Amino acid sequence: MIVEGKKKIWADYQKDIPDDHYFYVRSCIRQAFWPGSEVTFLDITRNKLGKDFYENPYHTTCGGIAYHSDTIPQETAMTIIARQFALMHESGYENYVCSCITSFGCYTETLETWHEYPELEAKIRQYLWDSCKKEFAKPKYLAHASDIIYKFRFEIAKQMKYPLVNVKTGKPLKVVEHIGCHYSKMFPSKGFGGAEYPYVLVGMIEAWGGEVVDYPERRHCCGFGFRQYFVQADRGYSMSNTHKKFESMEPYEPDLIITNCPGCPYFLDRWQYVIAEQTGKTYGKDGYGIPALTYEEVAGLVMGYDPWDLGLQMHQVAIEPLLEKMGIPYDPKRKYQGLNGKDLGQPMCPSCIKSV
Amino acid sequence: MKENILIIGGGAAGMEAATQLKKLGLNPIIVEKSERLGGHIAQWDRLFPAFHPAKDVVEQMLNNVKDVDARLNTEVTDIQRDNNGFHAVLSNKETIDAKAVILATGFDLFKAERKQEYGYGIYNNVITSLEIEKFFKEGKDPRINNPKKIGFVHCVGARDVKVGNTYCSKVCCTTALKQACEMKEVFPDAEVYTFYMDLRMFGPGYEDLYLKTQKDFDVKCIRGRVCEVSEDMNGRLVIKAEDTLFGKPLRMTLDLLVLMCSMEKAKSIDKIQQKLGIANNSDGFMQNKDMYLGMNDSKQDGVFVAGTCTAPKSLPDTIGEARSVAVEVFNYINNK
Repeated sequence: MIVEGKKKIWADYQKDIPDDHYFYVRSCIRQAFWPGSEVTFLDITRNKLGKDFYENPYHTTCGGIAYHSDTIPQETAMTIIARQFALMHESGYENYVCSCITSFGCYTETLETWHEYPELEAKIRQYLWDSCKKEFAKPKYLAHASDIIYKFRFEIAKQMKYPLVNVKTGKPLKVVEHIGCHYSKMFPSKGFGGAEYPYVLVGMIEAWGGEVVDYPERRHCCGFGFRQYFVQADRGYSMSNTHKKFESMEPYEPDLIITNCPGCPYFLDRWQYVIAEQTGKTYGKDGYGIPALTYEEVAGLVMGYDPWDLGLQMHQVAIEPLLEKMGIPYDPKRKYQGLNGKDLGQPMCPSCIKSV
Repeated sequence: MKENILIIGGGAAGMEAATQLKKLGLNPIIVEKSERLGGHIAQWDRLFPAFHPAKDVVEQMLNNVKDVDARLNTEVTDIQRDNNGFHAVLSNKETIDAKAVILATGFDLFKAERKQEYGYGIYNNVITSLEIEKFFKEGKDPRINNPKKIGFVHCVGARDVKVGNTYCSKVCCTTALKQACEMKEVFPDAEVYTFYMDLRMFGPGYEDLYLKTQKDFDVKCIRGRVCEVSEDMNGRLVIKAEDTLFGKPLRMTLDLLVLMCSMEKAKSIDKIQQKLGIANNSDGFMQNKDMYLGMNDSKQDGVFVAGTCTAPKSLPDTIGEARSVAVEVFNYINNK
């Protein structure tokens, strides 16, 4: 591996991000999968970094899942997106930040398409007025939320309490980074580091003390290719993708997987249980799996947020071995307590993959 | 007094044009930006299809131009048309007045790092077609260490919309097969694979080379493009491709991957080309007047083109064009 070669590519794929005043839109599925991620993102950016992030309660899904599943035409998806942009404009913002990778891909594709085909933009402008009576506007700047954490990774590092280091050995944790396909595979210039060697998560790992694992199936799909998963008969393809990735990363003995897509951590997490059930094989040490976390969860962990406030109990792969490696204190009794100490009940734990 | 003919570029086209112009009684002056004449071919070890030493051809061409005026390490920095033809200013401050100009500026090799998925400049054992020729010439390259499994990727930077080059680079197919055979000569135990889109064996003896590659050297030719290269824990290359004849994706671990880089028009001539009013075709190569009967003529009076500045060409094609441009220039001068 020639690191200088990667650095050159990383230098070629950089983008400016505004310093402040962002309009934030949530993902339609992340809050169900990882309920702590978006709230942690907003807490870090607003309260720890002092940035202005505004949410408009009237925003909806971007329509990306329907668009990529061919259940709505592109014009419909674009009109939904135009409505989101109109809400931003009405709220007095021009820097648009989305939580979801597929949304980021859809927004980017839409803006590029409007740029190339102004007649289509005019059509959508009319659709927006006809359907919503809203004024058409485009963001001055579009970013994915992971771009924001990347931009402020060193500020986060300054407030870091638990770096990505094994406290017992003093060595950096070995971290696999997995980028959502829609981040830069369609438009390489729109993502930090481009499409082949994205830097957005690598930059976080390096800034927070970890060591990046580059393994042969690094670029491979996590298993959440929409058609692989939505069509029940195709789910075997989904799991075989995930299986391929774990087989490939296994020799490197990663401590952690960090992701920036709604679906990737979900499939990289849940399929580990299914693979264990079917084959009896687990990929972490001592019968555990490898934790697959969102970048907000990792940012929260290194900054000292309580693991259960971050929602890490929502991961099927046990998080406790990672917490112990990083020296993060946690209260096992709080794991399944909701707000105000309400007992949420403990889920059934599988026997094929170790849990705590 | 013999008329001066300014030849920009001292590769195969420039040298051969100069040789013929000298024979026709004119005074060719070669301006070459590098420190030597010979162009790309001087970096080659052997030539397809017959494995002829490139050195023999280059030495003969150099011998032919030993009495030709040549300015090395020199570029044309400015050129103006005047009543007597052209007035050129060189980077060494010298000026040349010439009756006609031949652009024989050749090609740049496609920069392999632009195809990021192949990992050139990232993974140690990914090399280019030029670098492997250097290995054949010098017999050493730290990256080539008794490889057991070797792959060649055709069309790197050619027939590829993604990099903006939709044209065929013409010589890479035959070069890949030649180099695959040569690797088998050096490493007889190695398995050698070539990944092609389709094999364009257009010249005399080329198809024979294709058969020889398979029958005598046991090189496996796989129809399909490599889509991704990565590195495993041991530094070996893991490639993904599709075998389109079997209709199956494949994954393979290799010790060495050779990228057959395409030709792109040399960029260093852009400024002078613009001054002379010579446009490019949509493929980025220089426009000639007519692709059938005016292939050496440009649309500008007194400006001629030869060799790979107008399109990818093999060495015999280039030499043929260089000879024909000399005749065109000779006729142009005599009809003035």
